[in-house]
Amino acid sequence: MTAALALGDDALVLSHRLGEWAGHAPVLEEEVALANIALDLLGQARVLLSLVGDEDELAYLREERAFRNVQLVEQSNGDFAHTIARQLYFSTYQELLYERLARGTGPFAPLAAKAVKEVAYHRDHAEHWTLRLGDGTAESHERMRRGLEAHWRFTGELFEPVEGCEVEWHTLHDAWLTRITSVLERATLAVPEGPRRTGWAAGAGRQGIHTEPFGRMLAEMQHLHRSHPGAAW
Amino acid sequence: MSGSPSAEWPLWEVFVRSRRGLSHTHAGSLHAPDAEMALRNARDLYTRRSEGVSIWVVPSAEITASSPDERDPFFEPSADKPYRHPTFYAIPEGVRHL
Repeated sequence: MTAALALGDDALVLSHRLGEWAGHAPVLEEEVALANIALDLLGQARVLLSLVGDEDELAYLREERAFRNVQLVEQSNGDFAHTIARQLYFSTYQELLYERLARGTGPFAPLAAKAVKEVAYHRDHAEHWTLRLGDGTAESHERMRRGLEAHWRFTGELFEPVEGCEVEWHTLHDAWLTRITSVLERATLAVPEGPRRTGWAAGAGRQGIHTEPFGRMLAEMQHLHRSHPGAAW
Repeated sequence: MSGSPSAEWPLWEVFVRSRRGLSHTHAGSLHAPDAEMALRNARDLYTRRSEGVSIWVVPSAEITASSPDERDPFFEPSADKPYRHPTFYAIPEGVRHL
């Protein structure tokens, strides 16, 4: 169930991050778009975490070290371009991964087959914004470039094999890089050149090692349930 | 930043076809930077409860509308011409859904 926890936590944490845009997005239409993506991810997270145990307990009562999401999805939203860069990297990866899982015979095939259509839309949304921001004004180009650079060092972890996912991680990585390169070229942006992981990192999200913004995100996500166990409305 | 983005983005009218065989119906309007994004915003705003199988977006500025001032010459003359309604026929037996 390592895989269900890893994929479920990816979806849950990114869903919460995107939900943070509610009330803050640059325009109402984009707020709805981001909230829609967040809800798709939350739906995926619920199915995956329910395979492991009680979804509420897993989401609200685990400590930081027990989460198995990649560090990419826990990164703060930053400005809109920052969020779009994170979306581009992750949804491109998630679509390729779910395509492969859907074709397989593993326990995630039915879920992946359903979710891959949602994720294809998330990737499409991120691509369209990357093109507009990259090939937009000097300001939007610069912000998009900064977003891509800032998240680049968290992309190496995406292709660490997850136990229980029968996927050729090497070809998954190559397909990801090809697609990202093609989008960034069309957006007049360069593929970042830095290392794909941080040199100083003590480990990675899949091992339960998380970055500094994650603790604060969890505090916000969990405090209501912890203060009022079983609260409902 | 000068002004809110939505003040600069043009307005689009959204038409949604709810299922095959029906025509597109006006669903509402939204702001978007271009047609492609308008289509995606429309998908998120107006079809998220599976209301549609097809969407059209049209720049609001491209729509020519009849003016309220011209309402009488436009619409009044048809009000007293009941013979224009197809109600003077006996419906043949066996014809349903007419």
